[in-house]
Amino acid sequence: MKGKKAPVLQVNDLVVAFSMYQRGFHKKNLEVIHALSLEVGAGEIVAVVGSSGSGKSILAHAVLNLLPKNAVCSGDILYKGESLDSKKCKQLFGREIAFIPQSIDYLDPLMKVGEQVQGVYGTKERQRELFEKYQLSQETENKYPFQLSGGMARRTLISGAMMHHPDLIIADEPTPGLDLDMAMETLKHFRDFADQGTAVLMITHDIDLALNVADRVAVFYAGTILEEAPTADFIAGKEAVRHPYSKALIDALPQNSFTPIAGTQPYAGNLPSGCLFADRCIYRDEKCVGEQKMRDVSGGKVRCAHAT
Amino acid sequence: MRKKKKFLLEFLRMLLLLFLVCLFAFILIAKSPIDPLVSYIGTNSTLSVEAKKQIAEYWGLNDPLPQRFLTWVVNLLHGDMGTSITYKKPVIQVIMERFSYSAILMLLAWLFSGIFGFIIGTICGIRQGGIFDRIVKFFCLTMKSAPTFWLGLMFLVIFAVKLGLFPIGMAVPMGKLASEITLADRIHHLILPVVTLTVANISEVVLYTRQRLIEIINSDFVLYARTRGENERQIITRHVLRNIALPAITLQFASFSELFGGMALAENVFAYPGIGTATTAAALNGDAPLLMGIALLSAIFVFSGNLIANLLYGVFDPRIREDEA
Amino acid sequence: MKKTQRSFLNRRVLLACFIAIAAIYLIGIFIWGLAMNPNDYAVHYENKLLSPSASHLFGTDAMGRDMFKRCIKGLSNSLVIGLLAAGFSSVVALILGIASAVFGGWVDRTVKLLVDLCMGLPHLVLLILVSYMLGKGALGVTCAVAFTHWPGLTRIVRQEVLQLKSSQYVQAAYRMGKSPFQVALHHMVPHVLPAYLIGLVLLFPHAIMHEASITFLGFGLSKETPAIGVILSESMNYITTGKWWMAVFPGVMLLLAVILFDGIGETLKKLWNPMSGNE
Repeated sequence: MKGKKAPVLQVNDLVVAFSMYQRGFHKKNLEVIHALSLEVGAGEIVAVVGSSGSGKSILAHAVLNLLPKNAVCSGDILYKGESLDSKKCKQLFGREIAFIPQSIDYLDPLMKVGEQVQGVYGTKERQRELFEKYQLSQETENKYPFQLSGGMARRTLISGAMMHHPDLIIADEPTPGLDLDMAMETLKHFRDFADQGTAVLMITHDIDLALNVADRVAVFYAGTILEEAPTADFIAGKEAVRHPYSKALIDALPQNSFTPIAGTQPYAGNLPSGCLFADRCIYRDEKCVGEQKMRDVSGGKVRCAHAT
Repeated sequence: MRKKKKFLLEFLRMLLLLFLVCLFAFILIAKSPIDPLVSYIGTNSTLSVEAKKQIAEYWGLNDPLPQRFLTWVVNLLHGDMGTSITYKKPVIQVIMERFSYSAILMLLAWLFSGIFGFIIGTICGIRQGGIFDRIVKFFCLTMKSAPTFWLGLMFLVIFAVKLGLFPIGMAVPMGKLASEITLADRIHHLILPVVTLTVANISEVVLYTRQRLIEIINSDFVLYARTRGENERQIITRHVLRNIALPAITLQFASFSELFGGMALAENVFAYPGIGTATTAAALNGDAPLLMGIALLSAIFVFSGNLIANLLYGVFDPRIREDEA
Repeated sequence: MKKTQRSFLNRRVLLACFIAIAAIYLIGIFIWGLAMNPNDYAVHYENKLLSPSASHLFGTDAMGRDMFKRCIKGLSNSLVIGLLAAGFSSVVALILGIASAVFGGWVDRTVKLLVDLCMGLPHLVLLILVSYMLGKGALGVTCAVAFTHWPGLTRIVRQEVLQLKSSQYVQAAYRMGKSPFQVALHHMVPHVLPAYLIGLVLLFPHAIMHEASITFLGFGLSKETPAIGVILSESMNYITTGKWWMAVFPGVMLLLAVILFDGIGETLKKLWNPMSGNE
């Protein structure tokens, strides 16, 4: 995947912490994302997969410089090799970089949908063209967000993202609320973008759907990525993936044995010092005590001392 | 069609409530130990017991309460609200004369506090945490706690007594013939009461607008608008103002109750001959008919504010307007 | 985990300090006024209309009474009325609010009607009418302030209880066979209480301000009682002749008391709000 050209999006060692009050008068920094690294190249779809509440959306917001004021962020975020700071974001937003938010709440409740899809840089013609492409009727542009169904809302948000053929799309949970056909349709649109050279970072909890379109899958757990590997490995089955959590995820899929994994994800604030997955892992031993570094193992990356 | 019906129902509900409020006020006034008869003829009157009885009979004071209320309502429907004891004139005439003074005072203060409050609140919200915001916020929190009548007194002390810029009170210069009074005189006398009432009402508007604006700025849809490349100015003009204007205007209509109260206090400080001074005069003199008339007027005033506020949402908020499909 | 204790004096600690100082100030005035010897603000014609000085901080009035002492006593009186009014209003609000939310149906409609009735007249007009009905004076003003401040708090309590009633854990408690009383005691009271107490504190400034307002208009405490409203109303006769201190200082004292109460209430609200954890 690594060509000479810099990847479209590169995240190195991202750490995000929120300073907040913990019961009473003590102020504390709560680290929700730690040592996270990720790359998305042109024409590639990378799916970040994790269960709800693991901090995936924060990743998207961190990349786009949209975190609230009490967040402290460190690490590098590079766009085409250049640091993506808030000034750069402002230049690129709406043209080269597009964000597809997770719900209709991200649309202004008092503004007509058509106008919002056009945004400040778009044109009415392009918006009509896109509505036609995504099978939204002509009247939709005069509707208000609360009048849209889940599927229409999703297609509206995608139209917004496509206004200017972006080079990078970040989609936060693009499928919930959609039936299977619609979800597949949406993902097909992502595939189309990617095939036209756009880099797509897709954040989702639905690994099954992600496997259908993604080129690579990153498994997100308790604020970091445990394993990153080509989609083919995940499709091949649990033997092909490296991390015990990934194996468990594959086991939990409906088409496999559908076995859930015992225990719960540790919550930010009381994370174990060693391997984050250790307390639920069947392979746990003394090697898991220290911090687990990301290692290259047979064409993928993994944070596990046991992976081979 | 359905909307019309809904509006009609709302209107009927308000009418019923207005009727009940009147009944409530009537009971309060009628049950008062302050005898309107005594206030009418004075405490040490030499009127015979016989004559007193006659007056009481004429006023219907001996009738049971429900009947008295009914009489009042029937007379009201005929445009008769009784005669004011204080001013020796029909209540309706007193109210009409005085309300024209109060109306101009309230209208100006209402407009100024609404318009300037909205503008200042918006600026504060945009520059949240800046020097201007801090100063204005401190000022508003202080003014919110200041009693309106004391504010009036302070303006009087500073601008009328110390600086001598404005008259001490009244609506027109004392001792001038009615024919000689100019518009400039009236405006000159109106300024301090209007300023007092404006300042008393503005902090609510500023703080509310500021708060809403900050909420909207931090909302998900503004976040999305940012990712669509909108700059701060576009976010304010395209999204923020749209989302705060309606609630702010609605609030301004819904605050008629406070406006009326503030007006009454301000008028008493400046001896301004409006409804507010009439209210205190009526209550101090045991002028039951006038007091009842003013209660009715103030209730209608509050109700129309609430009705307009409800209507505005129905007309301007698409979520309510187009919610019939 | 990085644990940064940037400074001990973070915002929460400062806010708590503010509450403590404000509370001490208000309680201090309250007790001082209650315990004050009436001679302290007695009539001394030889000292009339003195401007502020070291011996008479706020100057004296036309009867030579010390304005500072009168203010303290007046504020203390206001606080007593505020306390009575807030106590009465809050009990009414608690009963009506909970009954309205728990029983629903016609009870709810009746309570809503009562609230609408009370809010149908401008607050000041209602205060005047109630005071008028009770023949003005101390009784009139206390009752007027007490009887007219419950609607807002009733709405708050009703809203909170309604929200709780539909919440899953309360539903679950019912399913598990807990009696309504147990549910109310263990699940509702702990959640309604903070909102209620904050509402109660925020009621105080209104009560004090309204007492002063109708006393100022002449429907409240009698002319002989030391009260801020009376003092300010008297000052109207003297400010035209430049006796500014008679209006300025008593008003500032009143303003300060109202601001502090308001500040305590708003601060508590801020601390209670879960969102305040983020900063």
